[in-house]
Amino acid sequence: MPLILCYILNHMVQYPRTGFDAAFAALSDVTRRGVLEQLGRADASITDLAEKFDMTLTGMKKHVGVLEQAGLVTTEKVGRVRTCKLGLRRLEEEAAWIERYRQRWDARFDELDKVVEELKRKEKVDGRKKRE
Amino acid sequence: MDARRESEPTPIKNPTTAERKSERELVVTRTINGPARIVFEAWTKPELFKQWWVPKSFGLSVLSCEMDVRVGGRYGLVFSHPAAPKPMEFFGRYLEVTPHSRLVWTNEEGGDSGQVTTVTFEERGGKTLLIMHDLYPSKEALDGAIASGSTGGMDETFEQLDQLLAALGTSVGRS
Repeated sequence: MPLILCYILNHMVQYPRTGFDAAFAALSDVTRRGVLEQLGRADASITDLAEKFDMTLTGMKKHVGVLEQAGLVTTEKVGRVRTCKLGLRRLEEEAAWIERYRQRWDARFDELDKVVEELKRKEKVDGRKKRE
Repeated sequence: MDARRESEPTPIKNPTTAERKSERELVVTRTINGPARIVFEAWTKPELFKQWWVPKSFGLSVLSCEMDVRVGGRYGLVFSHPAAPKPMEFFGRYLEVTPHSRLVWTNEEGGDSGQVTTVTFEERGGKTLLIMHDLYPSKEALDGAIASGSTGGMDETFEQLDQLLAALGTSVGRS
């Protein structure tokens, strides 16, 4: 499997909440898939990417914007250069992970609530029996 | 819609919080509608524990659940998932067992990078506040757990992956 596909799959596993549809739409374009492959090898500025893909700056900015919206690419402006790289910002990644972790525990505790309700009910019934 | 009614009767739903308290700590809290004595029982009896630890939505089946709940005693959980090539094992040992108020255990399936989990049970007016505290051996260990996504619920995601793979089979795969 090409490395870039591994990356995308991994991304989908870890960040389903950033939107399957957005990621899928972003990947439907051959240039954008090329940009991801390129960024998989090294970070690059929008100017670099525009040159490599023989495209205007404005055109490349649009493509990178779509990838960024889908959470597949992060950009950061330092001075006059906007650098693109794969992935979410680290803090966003962490926030997304903690939210998934919270949801997992929330689902567990909902089940725990049910188990405890059942035990309480049984105790009440048993208590009544003992008194009788 | 009707399928959702299965979960009735619904007790009052309390919020769950999760927070990274420091470089090495994660804390989850939740109030459960029952006395600590009962909640503690649900954490320490395997037949009760496995009823709630893996909700249906996780898509996991419990293959085995053993818990020797005393200081130094070991626990072991084995799960299977249709998308996982082999069963997943979780194991460790209890470091502290204080009935109805505190449990501490190790998580050893990941080797040295595993966290120590402390759960406290605080009873207030017939309800129990659970505080679950995970302490990782280093900042790197917790960062690593977050980066690998190892603690995520995976079920829907695997379905999405199947779709994605099917859809991309002829495009990205060839480039």
